[in-house]
Amino acid sequence: MAALYEGYTLCGLVPGQTLTNSGIQGIEAERDSDHVVVTDSTRSVTLYKVSDQKPLSSWTVKQGQTLTCPAVYNSQTEEYVVVSDNKVIRIWKDEDILLDKAFKATVSSDVWRVHCLPGGEPVVLFQRGAVRLLDSLLSAPQQPIEEVLAQEEAIRWSTNIVADSQQFVIFTTEQKGDSFLYLHRLNPNTLQRYRLEREEPGLSPLSFSASYRDKHICLLYLYPNGHVYQSVVSVRGLGGDEGAQALPLPRSLLLGLPVGEGLLEAASAQLLDEAHVAVVGVPHPSAGAGKDFLCIWNTNFQTLQAGKEMAGKIYGQLWTFSNKLFIPHGKTLSVIPYECPKSSLASALGKLKQAKTEGELKQMSCVPSWNNILHGDKAQPSRPAETRKTVSNFIKTKYLNFSVQTAPVEEVQREVEGLLSRADIQDLQPLVGQLASMLVSRSLADPAFYTPSTLAQLVHTQSLCHSVCPDLVLLALERRDFFLCQLCLQFFPDIPEAVTCACLKAFIRVVIKTGEEDKEKSSTPPEPICPVGLHKAVLLNEVLLTAYSDTFLLPHLKDLSSQHVVLFLQYLQFLYLKYSQDASPQMHGLRSPSLTQIMDWVCMVLDAHFTVLVMTPEAKGLLVNLHSFVKSQVRLVSELGKIEGSLQELNKMKVKKDVGQYSIEIIELF
Amino acid sequence: MGEFKVHRVRFFDYMPSAIRAMAFNSHTERLALVRADGALEIFNFADHYFQEKVIPGQDGRAVEALCWVGQRLFSAGLNGEITEYDLENLRPRYTVEAYGGPIWTIGSNKQGTLLMVGCEDGTVKMFEILKERIQFQRNLERQKGRIVSLSWHPSGTLIAAGMMDMIRIFNAETGKEMQHDPESREVVVWSVAFLSDYTIISGDSAGKVQIWDGLTGTLVRTHLVTKWDVLCLSVSQDESSLIAGTSEGTVVQFQFISSTVDQQEEEWVRTRTFKNHSHDVRALAHTETAVVSGGMDTQLVVRPLLDKVEKNTQESAMRKIALPHRSLVCCAKKAGLLLFQFPDHLEVWRVGESDGHGEENTHTHTHTHTHTHYLILPSPSSSSLQVSKLPKDLCLGHQLCFSSDSTKLFASSRHSSVIVVALNQLECKYLHTLKPKSGESRLALFFSSSYFQLDKLSIVAIETTVTIYGSVCLQLHCTVPIYSSCPTAIAIHPTTSHLVVVHADQQIFEYSLVQKEYTEWSRKLQKQGLHSLWLERDTPVTHVTFSLKNPAHIILHDMFMFCIIDQSLPLPESKTLLYNQMTLRSLPEQERIRHSHAFKICKNFKHVMCVSLLEDHSLVVVERPLLDMMSQLPAPVRQKKFAT
Repeated sequence: MAALYEGYTLCGLVPGQTLTNSGIQGIEAERDSDHVVVTDSTRSVTLYKVSDQKPLSSWTVKQGQTLTCPAVYNSQTEEYVVVSDNKVIRIWKDEDILLDKAFKATVSSDVWRVHCLPGGEPVVLFQRGAVRLLDSLLSAPQQPIEEVLAQEEAIRWSTNIVADSQQFVIFTTEQKGDSFLYLHRLNPNTLQRYRLEREEPGLSPLSFSASYRDKHICLLYLYPNGHVYQSVVSVRGLGGDEGAQALPLPRSLLLGLPVGEGLLEAASAQLLDEAHVAVVGVPHPSAGAGKDFLCIWNTNFQTLQAGKEMAGKIYGQLWTFSNKLFIPHGKTLSVIPYECPKSSLASALGKLKQAKTEGELKQMSCVPSWNNILHGDKAQPSRPAETRKTVSNFIKTKYLNFSVQTAPVEEVQREVEGLLSRADIQDLQPLVGQLASMLVSRSLADPAFYTPSTLAQLVHTQSLCHSVCPDLVLLALERRDFFLCQLCLQFFPDIPEAVTCACLKAFIRVVIKTGEEDKEKSSTPPEPICPVGLHKAVLLNEVLLTAYSDTFLLPHLKDLSSQHVVLFLQYLQFLYLKYSQDASPQMHGLRSPSLTQIMDWVCMVLDAHFTVLVMTPEAKGLLVNLHSFVKSQVRLVSELGKIEGSLQELNKMKVKKDVGQYSIEIIELF
Repeated sequence: MGEFKVHRVRFFDYMPSAIRAMAFNSHTERLALVRADGALEIFNFADHYFQEKVIPGQDGRAVEALCWVGQRLFSAGLNGEITEYDLENLRPRYTVEAYGGPIWTIGSNKQGTLLMVGCEDGTVKMFEILKERIQFQRNLERQKGRIVSLSWHPSGTLIAAGMMDMIRIFNAETGKEMQHDPESREVVVWSVAFLSDYTIISGDSAGKVQIWDGLTGTLVRTHLVTKWDVLCLSVSQDESSLIAGTSEGTVVQFQFISSTVDQQEEEWVRTRTFKNHSHDVRALAHTETAVVSGGMDTQLVVRPLLDKVEKNTQESAMRKIALPHRSLVCCAKKAGLLLFQFPDHLEVWRVGESDGHGEENTHTHTHTHTHTHYLILPSPSSSSLQVSKLPKDLCLGHQLCFSSDSTKLFASSRHSSVIVVALNQLECKYLHTLKPKSGESRLALFFSSSYFQLDKLSIVAIETTVTIYGSVCLQLHCTVPIYSSCPTAIAIHPTTSHLVVVHADQQIFEYSLVQKEYTEWSRKLQKQGLHSLWLERDTPVTHVTFSLKNPAHIILHDMFMFCIIDQSLPLPESKTLLYNQMTLRSLPEQERIRHSHAFKICKNFKHVMCVSLLEDHSLVVVERPLLDMMSQLPAPVRQKKFAT
């Protein structure tokens, strides 16, 4: 489950006179994930080291000048770029102390933004929609800039994205209540214009967020009525016709956020990954109408994953860099680390077994602050010790991640063991999932690397499920680690039928090797003899106990060879006979399938292979036996059917009206 | 016949007490039974299992065991006393202190000369049975630990005593302990039976029925019967069958037969299990043909053994006696009052108005007497009764009755006499004692009074004899011809002054007090005979009353139905449908006349304790549902779950 960790203050704010402005114009990433450049709304640019919460250096323009665009960092040249008074582009390096002495160039048209991605080239977006690479612009600063936008069209938001080594500038505009999306590709330059579908009249998007994945650009936008839409644009199909025609942009409603009373005013939604959205300035669904909340929503399952109350005014601004959210609120700029592990339905709904811990029950019993409900005690600022521990967990996790990816097997085992031995393992569910998927991917990539005991330990925490690390079971099968397979079958609530069937196949194949020896020994069995060895039987039982849906399982079952099918049926027959004779199936170990489960499997296997079995001579006796079981079952059911009427009568008798202690009735005698 | 408004009353919280012990006298076919509150009841098994006599209990008289010696009945209890009952006057005749602490068991030898009791202090005390009393004879050798159960060998020489953890055998003549059969630890031997072949059978708290050889003291066979206690045992007269009652409500039968066909040797084999009780079976009696059991769930169950009786007859039907065979409810017709009789207090309620379902019922008076059986019939005119000083002779009355003008009170007394007391506003004054003609000393059981011409009449029924006294002239008026079965309900018609008597064998007689002979209708009924279904009913009619509107209507009820007999209609032929109300309902009105007969039977109500007709022609039906009684019992040790 996604989690918001305890935040910390990066800097204080000097809000504008109107108090609607946070005083921060923009935040951009600097050289690494720990450095950011903060541009305030008036004159200064400050470089911060985030983990130290302190400014490293600061630059200011002269009195009377204003910065009109957030400063960006060009990592290729290690230079900062900013625009002052709309037309003056300033470029300087870290060691420059005075901004006035740095490089300046004046351009002929008003600049909207300068964008620069790490490793990319800075791009300049003009207010009238034209786009230039910074280098080419500086080569001739006074070059004419074309007007792309219409007369009353104005840019509302912009970003740039690198997709398949192609750079895109994306911006949205507004014209007479209509919103448009522009997709500008650089080298070769193409421009595509899209028209956003209209929401209710008078509503225009409050915030935008864009990301690139799977050859598609994904645009997320939030309306004041709380609707979060997503539009997906393929980067391949970008045609050449120069934005003359505004294509309609299909959209899908991702979330309908609760808005409380009235419309949202200052709110922002930011994509975190494919399934998670961070939203600020929207009320928490279970905490009244106050809008000063930061929440993470899962868009796949429409569930609230984490939430945090932000003290003071929310300005509707939100940035995210490398698993940290930057949010100005009240008079501070806070940094809130977050984590969005790969989500499964089970964990999104909080249904994984470990969720029902004592701690959670405790929180349920006292509901003074919803803050408590979401984070437990660790979110309470009145407990500094706990807070520190959580932060240290977070840092430790980073270190562990690093070691898991590189260290030798023994060290990984030691590290993970140390982690799992801690008491607060319940808080580490996201981490467990992360660790497991890292171990699995490393094992898959490196045939020499495999940590069966560590994986088994992770599975044992019951914080894992199949959808968190889908390759785990298959990896175990590949490495013939049947113990791990068994654990997974036992603890994962969501194993797909295909994987169940793969396990079954693998188990039967093993069974045949040793199972035949068993059969040789007993020539004329006086009582049913188990056709497979003991620990193979245990494995097969585990498969029988797994939850499944027969429509999905049936096609996979058809892949079994007839020889395997006969053996499996023999085993099922053995189980059936054993349990229908024995009063206490518990004798065979705690995890044994019920009679109904056995019958269901028999039916399914027969369904899948009936024609083949009819043709197989050695299956003849088996089929006759199974037929007799079915007959006895049918007889039982028909007998039950006979007494059904009587039982229903009993039911009717029960609803006889209660006479009570005293009543006056009328009877008639004839 | 028309519509009746019925006041259906279910708030009479009558709760019988648990059955503690029973003893069956096979000569007289009487079953004596004591309940946890000390009340003694005598059932006449020869006369349709009718509850003939009831002696109310007394505080502190917790009876633990009963024993018949010939016609005499003895009991012993935890108060350490032995009591002999006066079954004529329905009271204890005398009590004797045994001086051995609480008494757990009592028994007599076959000859009926000696009585023995097992005491808490470990002694077995012998009493000689004299004609008028019993006299202490001697102690047997004193043991460590209480004597819980005793059984005398038929020869009278040996006594088996069940104790904590062991069974001891005494020589009855010398009183010396002969041998003992050690049991496992922590076991109470609740019951022992000494058979004539010197086999001892024991039932114990470990749930086992064990068969011992009484001569050698060796264990022959153990039958594990229950997970809980085996509380009581009873052996049939011919010693071929044995029954054991358990805490889980079952009765298990053992029979002395050869276990396989070709085997000659006979042994005790467990044969049948009866489950007729929800709670502990505390008392058992093995009669010639039936298993009689009773216990915590307060019901007396007579379960005929189907190998001893003819199948599918009335004799083979199981009987459960849950309610007393007497009316505990009295109804004042004019005032609409109900009087409920509890063992230690009375309750008076007023029936509600007919505006729908008024949960009305005012609780007017509660007269509290301790363990008495006064039955107060609210007198027709006086609305309240102030008892200030009662004459001394009235202190033991089993039945009370007011004259119809409320000036006289009649009370039954000892030796079948009736005491007449004059009543006025302030005091009551002894007037006269009506004595039966023959000097027989039997107690009045039924009692009624009515207005007849200028004379006031009262009736006394003495077991099977019904005697009529005139209450103004205070002389014997007449005696109704003796009938073999006990009368269960008696009433005098207020206008025609016909006497209606219903007997335990379900026969109905109507006797004219003027002509001093059976009425025409009664003769016709006897000639034609009652319908077979009527005779097959297994609960006695406990109350008879009349309709003020229509003198031809007689209203009577038993536990499962009430019946209005319309004397103007033809009697049902043996082939006609007796329970024909449903048929008549479906017929058109013109045809109903043709099909209707005198017995209008309504089976809408169950576990009826009283049916009476008020002056406004509405019926009062007092029900006591068995389920309500069951719900007041403590939880049983074991509850039957479906399919377990």
